[in-house]
Amino acid sequence: MSAPVLTPRPPAGQLSREQLLELYRFMKLNRMVEEKLTNLYRQGKVVGGLYRSLGQEACSVGSAYALERGDIFTPMIRNLGAIFVRGGRPRDVFAQYMAKASGPTRGRDLNVHFGWLSEDGSMPSVISMLGDMIPILTGAVIAERMKGKKTVALNWIGDGGTSTGAFHEGFNLACVQKAPLVLIVENNKYAYSTPTSKQTANTRFVDRAAAYGCFGEQVDGNDVLAVYEATRRAIERARAGRGPTLIEADTMRMRGHAEHDDMKYVPTAMLEQWAARDPIPRYEKRLIAAHVATQEELDQVVARIDAALQDDLAAAEASSMPDPESGLDGVYADRPVAPPTPLIVVEWEARKDRR
Amino acid sequence: MPVLTYLEAIRLAMLEEMEKDERVFILGEDVGIYGGAFRVTAGFLEKFGEGRVIDTPVSETAIVGAAIGASLMGMRPIAEMQFIDFIGCCFNQLVNYAAKSRFRWGGGVPIVVRGPCGGGVHGGPFHSQNPEAFFMNVPGLKIVAPGTAADAKGLMTAAIRDPDPVIYLEHKFLYRRIKEDVPEGELVVPIGKARLARWGKDLSIVTYAAMLHVALEAAEAAAKEGIEVEVLDLRTLLPLDEEAILTTAAKTGKVIVLHEATRTGGPGGEIAALISERAFEYLDAPIVRMAPPDTPVPYSPPLEEYFLPNAEKVGKAIRALHEY
Repeated sequence: MSAPVLTPRPPAGQLSREQLLELYRFMKLNRMVEEKLTNLYRQGKVVGGLYRSLGQEACSVGSAYALERGDIFTPMIRNLGAIFVRGGRPRDVFAQYMAKASGPTRGRDLNVHFGWLSEDGSMPSVISMLGDMIPILTGAVIAERMKGKKTVALNWIGDGGTSTGAFHEGFNLACVQKAPLVLIVENNKYAYSTPTSKQTANTRFVDRAAAYGCFGEQVDGNDVLAVYEATRRAIERARAGRGPTLIEADTMRMRGHAEHDDMKYVPTAMLEQWAARDPIPRYEKRLIAAHVATQEELDQVVARIDAALQDDLAAAEASSMPDPESGLDGVYADRPVAPPTPLIVVEWEARKDRR
Repeated sequence: MPVLTYLEAIRLAMLEEMEKDERVFILGEDVGIYGGAFRVTAGFLEKFGEGRVIDTPVSETAIVGAAIGASLMGMRPIAEMQFIDFIGCCFNQLVNYAAKSRFRWGGGVPIVVRGPCGGGVHGGPFHSQNPEAFFMNVPGLKIVAPGTAADAKGLMTAAIRDPDPVIYLEHKFLYRRIKEDVPEGELVVPIGKARLARWGKDLSIVTYAAMLHVALEAAEAAAKEGIEVEVLDLRTLLPLDEEAILTTAAKTGKVIVLHEATRTGGPGGEIAALISERAFEYLDAPIVRMAPPDTPVPYSPPLEEYFLPNAEKVGKAIRALHEY
């Protein structure tokens, strides 16, 4: 197997116009897919709950955009944007939320619980138990190091997830091993209804970096370029063998835990204050002010996304539900199910000329 | 054929696989410089280096989690639990990640989680348990529990090469008490296949691990009284060798299921249900479960001796069932 060619990502200040617009497109895509999913949810077509990342799109998109070809990542429930950056397709997400056979898990698991394995960059599927992916990604990059590769892993966790034992055990092992792991703590102020003050006595999550003996950074989680740059630096350090970084991203969950949750427990003033910091309008203003794009050009980006999503949605809705007995397959290797296509391949093929 | 202890057989299987396959590596607490609490990995660090024999923090969740992650990237990790009782600390990683991963998204998790189980050494409630029943209700896992040195070697080789997660239960009472000829070179005991440990026609004992030896001792004594007891060594608990269980049940019509895991919800209930569903017409007596009482494993020698099945207790059960 040939090792992917690693091309260091440029500092935020050196991103091309095309790349700056790509960041915009991914954030808009993240939000628009979720808006379409919300419509599906209200029509009763989503099986189970719907988890929004409204207001947190910069955390997912900015960070995932700093990964290189071959790097490993595992998004959490509010990191849908990261999946798109790494080649995931909206139609698969729609199909997955509707429990369709055409979804990447063929109806076996829900929402963003899917993944793929690929030399071009694996996405080990997340599970619901918070913190569990930290030791798993640590083991994944230790394995890559054993093979002589310089693969980095990126994982996200919420403020609530930092309270788990798996967070501690996994991150401690990563730091002891100086594993090339970057961990973004998305401090979005609430874990379901529980505020950070009931989660930990020290709500400065970046302080934990000193406790574990690794690098720590705080970043404005609603500034996509700042998230990109902090993650890029952390990835660069990790790849150079300098160990993990814990990045605390300051952000806010602008919807309930899931769509059934009216989040009356969040003070209205707090939501108003954070609405003014919405990462997408902020970035739009910045692009226009820096003459990267005009409003009309940004509107065209949105129109193109919308047209494509209509097709994706129609395709997903038209696809069939799984054959009931197909659920007996795939428990063990002797009754295999074809694994999902490593979607990233498509993405990298499309983008390779620009790297 | 070289004579090996049960422990040496486990060690040799791992050593040979690590020599053959660079994807195989070991991680756990004190497995490196100390060679493992029971010295199962003694000398491995010197032979394979820190890269492939990884001393970890005291973190079972991280040990199994890291093994899972490495296996997804194509490695074949062996994760040691210093005592299998500590597998409770990483229950979530095993049950919610390793076992369900292939089913959910196609990510196979070829890991071995091994560690010393079982009582008889006065280890008390946290160094004597037999956790197989906790995991028999988890689709996606495999569980093996060798009772002989040859099986210890052959099942370890099979477990390392298996594409799915395997819990390998090594009985610490047998570590140095079992010493026998083990064929040299390649030895693979297929997972899911039981072994007829003793031929008999009057009644069957279905058992595994340390209780295999209790069953054989009781069967030997019963033979002197003219009762021919058949002993089936399961070797694998998940998946069960249903055919072998049904064959011996149908043959003798009288079955004792003997194990060291406690009674309620233990493997015996599953095996008895299998026999009554599919071999009911062949039975001449109710199926007997012999297992420790529903208590934690006690520490003090008189308490533990009372708790564990032994050849004398099994002998009584054999005579009672024979006369039924």
